[in-house]
Amino acid sequence: MTPAFLILALVTLVSAVAAMSLRNLVHCALCLAVTLAGLAGLFLTLDAEFVGFTQVLVYIGAVAILIVFAILLTRGDDPAAQGAPSRAWLFGPLVAVVVFVTLSTALLSWTSERSWAPKSDAVARQAVAVKHIGAKLMNDYVLPLEVIALLLTAALIGAVIIAMHEKASGAATK
Amino acid sequence: MDSLESLPIAIKQLIVALFPAEQQALVSILVSITAILAVFPLLFGLTTVIERKGLGRIQNRYGPNRVGIPFTDIRLFGFGQFIADGMKMIAKEDIVPRAADRVVHFLAPVVIMIPALLAFAVIPYGRNMAPLDLECGLLFFFAVGASTELCVFMAGWSSRNKYSLLGAIRAIAQMVSYEVPLLLSTLTAVMIAGSLTPTRIVEAQAGFTSWGLANWFLFTPWGFAGFLLFLTAATAEANRSPFDMPEAESELIAGYFTEYSGFKFALFFLGEYLGLFAMSGLGITLFLGGWHAPCAGLEFVPSWAWFFAKLGALIVLFIWIRGTVPRLRADQLMGLAWKFMLPLALLNILVAGAWRFMTPGPARWLLCAAMLAIPYVMLGRALTESGHLIRRKYTFAE
Repeated sequence: MTPAFLILALVTLVSAVAAMSLRNLVHCALCLAVTLAGLAGLFLTLDAEFVGFTQVLVYIGAVAILIVFAILLTRGDDPAAQGAPSRAWLFGPLVAVVVFVTLSTALLSWTSERSWAPKSDAVARQAVAVKHIGAKLMNDYVLPLEVIALLLTAALIGAVIIAMHEKASGAATK
Repeated sequence: MDSLESLPIAIKQLIVALFPAEQQALVSILVSITAILAVFPLLFGLTTVIERKGLGRIQNRYGPNRVGIPFTDIRLFGFGQFIADGMKMIAKEDIVPRAADRVVHFLAPVVIMIPALLAFAVIPYGRNMAPLDLECGLLFFFAVGASTELCVFMAGWSSRNKYSLLGAIRAIAQMVSYEVPLLLSTLTAVMIAGSLTPTRIVEAQAGFTSWGLANWFLFTPWGFAGFLLFLTAATAEANRSPFDMPEAESELIAGYFTEYSGFKFALFFLGEYLGLFAMSGLGITLFLGGWHAPCAGLEFVPSWAWFFAKLGALIVLFIWIRGTVPRLRADQLMGLAWKFMLPLALLNILVAGAWRFMTPGPARWLLCAAMLAIPYVMLGRALTESGHLIRRKYTFAE
């Protein structure tokens, strides 16, 4: 429990609560970005540089922008008069609990499988080197990587086709 | 000359030694931060004057040449101008629109300074002079740069002004688009150096070839193409002319910072220029040999002086480009990024891979150059003929 951890955890939790409870959806999205930045900070305190920076690059640089644009382009920029529709308020905590249990059991079983002996600083640092991540991705996990690449390519082509469709039908009616 | 080489480090150690041992780590970090905070905003001030003078020369007028030291007749060629400008900015009234979202409107210019300043942490300014020598330094640079987009959105959205919002949307679309060729063009240098650490990439460019030319990545076919792609994408990322659509004053008043005045406006202006300096610093690190001298006879000049000389040269180049190239249209801007620069950047990665595995010699050089030059010409021709990239027509100028 270092001070850095406490501050980051506080920032992450407060902004997460704000992201759920604020009235204005854009404010919620901005608070979510703060939450994601706090998570990136937590990764950095664990010496996971690569994961932390990727978190910032992907989630703040791309996902937050995407969310903000989705809100802007679908609802206009007027703030909603009442809170976001919450018909699924009973469903939400259930999903959260299921996800939490799944993740924590997976993590706990992983730590019981391997000896959780505290490694020396140098060994721990070596374990998260970018080179090792790259080697793992290109050797052991090359199939999942390729599957994800295929999925993303399909999504990209799908997005292009959806965007093109309007233009093609417009030309046909002319 | 060795003393001059390590002068900044010596000054830092002198300051750090003034403090007790348990505080020295913290003081060392603070000294690095202070140096960045002092050098780059000052460079920004000087650049504004140089830019106005340079643009003035290009447009056949004088530019600022009066303000020097106050209460004297010393004019300093107008280089006191930026101090007067700064004082004017501080003294101006801070106007916030009544409909604006006050909190976000206030936070946007403050938050935009964070990524702009953080980016300077990983750039190696000289031998052993990287403030933060991270293993994934390059990733840090781009991660920090990517968070600028959210600040731009905050500024544009919170102003409740259609010009601000349009400017922000344009700026974000442009930054997201040009980030792709920017990242892909830097990958070539990472591939050849085999590291994401800026210091390591600079070290990979040390030494000289047999005919006295430096071993910079710029002097390889993929490095040259990569640098040109990087320079174009960096111009767009920094919202500089000819890619300054987000703040096209003839269409959008001032883009996403239309509703900002006084010192908040100055912060946006500062953030934009700091982004440009950081991008130039990264370009120097990746392709222009970082702190290394261009030829063997000039190695006596300190390494940090070379870095700042290259930085100055790139800034002048950016001013020159701004003064000579007219602004693009929004669709041309996107077309250039996605249809022209993206395929070339991908091809460049392939060429860099081929370069890595071929035997050194003139044959390798020529083959790699041909692999880049022929697709460049063909792609350009194909896009022009199919009407995707149309030659600019000057209705009145011709």
